[in-house]
Amino acid sequence: MEKILLAHGSGGMLMHKLIDSLFIERFGGSVLKEKKDSAIIRMGGKEVAFTTDSYVVDPVFFPGGDIGSLALYGTVNDLSVCGAKPLFISLAMIIEEGLDRDALEKIASSIKNAARAAGVEIVTGDTKVVERGSCDKIFINTSGIGEIYYPGLSVDRIRPGDSIILSGTMGEHAISVLSKREGISFLSKVKSDSAPLNGLIFRVLKASKMVKFMRDPTRGGVATTLNEIAAGGNFGIAIDESSLPVAPGVRSACELLGFDPLYLACEGRVIMVVRRGDEGKILRAMKRDPIGKSACVIGKVIAQGRGKVYLNTASGGKRIVSMLTGEQLPRIC
Amino acid sequence: MKYVDEFRNRRLIERVAGQIRGAVNPDCAYNIMEVCGTHTMSIFRFGLRDILPPNIRLISGPGCPVCVTPNEFIDKAMAIANMKNVIIMTFGDMIKVPGSRSSLEKEKAGGADVRIAYSSLDALELAKKHPDKEIVFLGIGFETTAPTVAQSLIIAKKTKLKNYSVLCGHKTMPEVMETLVKDGSIKVDAFMLPGHVSAIIGLKPYGFLSKIYKKRCVISGFEPLDIMQSILMIVRQRKPEIEVQYGRIIERDGNPLAQKCMNDIFEKFPSVWRGIGCVKDSGFKIKKSYGVFDAELKFRPRIERPKDNIRCFCGYILKGTKTPYDCPSFAGRCTPENPVGACMVSGEGTCAAYYKYGKDTVSSR
Repeated sequence: MEKILLAHGSGGMLMHKLIDSLFIERFGGSVLKEKKDSAIIRMGGKEVAFTTDSYVVDPVFFPGGDIGSLALYGTVNDLSVCGAKPLFISLAMIIEEGLDRDALEKIASSIKNAARAAGVEIVTGDTKVVERGSCDKIFINTSGIGEIYYPGLSVDRIRPGDSIILSGTMGEHAISVLSKREGISFLSKVKSDSAPLNGLIFRVLKASKMVKFMRDPTRGGVATTLNEIAAGGNFGIAIDESSLPVAPGVRSACELLGFDPLYLACEGRVIMVVRRGDEGKILRAMKRDPIGKSACVIGKVIAQGRGKVYLNTASGGKRIVSMLTGEQLPRIC
Repeated sequence: MKYVDEFRNRRLIERVAGQIRGAVNPDCAYNIMEVCGTHTMSIFRFGLRDILPPNIRLISGPGCPVCVTPNEFIDKAMAIANMKNVIIMTFGDMIKVPGSRSSLEKEKAGGADVRIAYSSLDALELAKKHPDKEIVFLGIGFETTAPTVAQSLIIAKKTKLKNYSVLCGHKTMPEVMETLVKDGSIKVDAFMLPGHVSAIIGLKPYGFLSKIYKKRCVISGFEPLDIMQSILMIVRQRKPEIEVQYGRIIERDGNPLAQKCMNDIFEKFPSVWRGIGCVKDSGFKIKKSYGVFDAELKFRPRIERPKDNIRCFCGYILKGTKTPYDCPSFAGRCTPENPVGACMVSGEGTCAAYYKYGKDTVSSR
């Protein structure tokens, strides 16, 4: 009998296939089929964004964050990249019997601080405790509702010539979690980039009306997100290796452990597709936010190679960048 | 990053590419086998085929340890994984490799305790932590990983660790290269030899390649500039010899300490290579004096007769006689998330490299 494998949850191709064949096919209405980071629904004449996400990160505490702030920011970010102002959050916790009360208190405080930083309110919740071994310390689900203030973000608006902007360095979250989990102490200086993006995105959308699409490169990293953007589109994407921002600690980790930073999860970065000409304005707006200080243009939309992502390598070659195909980095968020 | 950026410098790489173009004889074909899987990956990752002259043909060799591990080994590992109280620890890639009937990944989903380790020393730690469990490390790889696994057995013996053992599938490089050269079904004029294996064994074990078989050889590093320089050295080599490009790492005699470690623990053994078959003296088995740490003796796994998938061309690909594009399963039935053969699984596998980086950007030459 076929069984569900860890790789089915990796954020890569296998997971996309599972979702399409099992879930979308059964209960995919027109909203779900759009597969956006948040569902965009109309309520009382207003456009509202609605999203949900579960967090199972191991370890629960890692350099630069913990499962609590991660759960809050993740949902805030999924709303923000849809052009919504995040407002209300639900919080459900599944706790393993035997968890230290101190740890739970620390997580709760972290959630409180994160909610304050993101300017959202936790309005409902749920608490369950399960027998030892039935979950690992704590799993958290958050859902969120936001009000759309910048409508019309869509991959359909993307055209050759548009620029691709990344708001900061790649992969700190994945490496910070990994270093803590595997006890690789010399990498522990790398802090997760986990952060709320709503402030940065708001600044950018105020500065420019030429942002066409946004997505945060979480599981599967920048490579997978760019492939999702290009998939099915009438265009290709070309990025330049020499312009990709990677922090030195992440680069060392990648060289050592054999990872490609393009596939490492971020939890506080956004990729924007913007019309050529507005990059300067957008980058200036991003850089005013501390989490956007390494923002840069990483590539552009091209007419050739429909549906594909290409990388111009720093050494002068060219290669294709495929979607993540089931690498082994489970429970990163 | 020091020692990395310099070797990825575009200006230098382009300069060497120009020197290669100047040095090649346009009427002559250069069939160069890059033996090591890390070379294959690097060549693709940095898009080097694009900047080489068309008459330089790079052939991927049998130097991916996961890929050459035969089904029989994986079947045994799965048999042990399903025994009571056993935790299998392995390098990450092995977990997805299909054996005759299943994979460790699928057995794990079915309840077997299979964990990923970065080194055999992680497995030792786990054994100390769980004295009630049997920790079995899957020892695969060439002379690069073998010394560390040997060292783990030395430590286990010293610390009287009773619940640690190794399923030994280690292989050695020079013997299989001789088999490939003798086989004659592929035309190889020159070898780009594996840098890290050579760091352990030194130059001497390859001597026969140049002396007897008249092959030009360069021991190469793994950065793009290393590889380009190695190709230039091969093209410029007048008479066949073993040259070292990777001078910042390689000593002529290798690493005597690591060699002693391997020799103390392992003895040469005829080993089965996927696609190539049994090659005399091309593998290691654990010596009798360390027999209590040999998982094969300890658990005596019983397996059905291993079977190979006939729709998989891994065997030919590992020998260099076919490329992934020739395989009927490549990119259709066989993908990294649903691999038919080992070459699609490993981070160093030829099919994985072609799939991940190749597809429609690289011609099949």
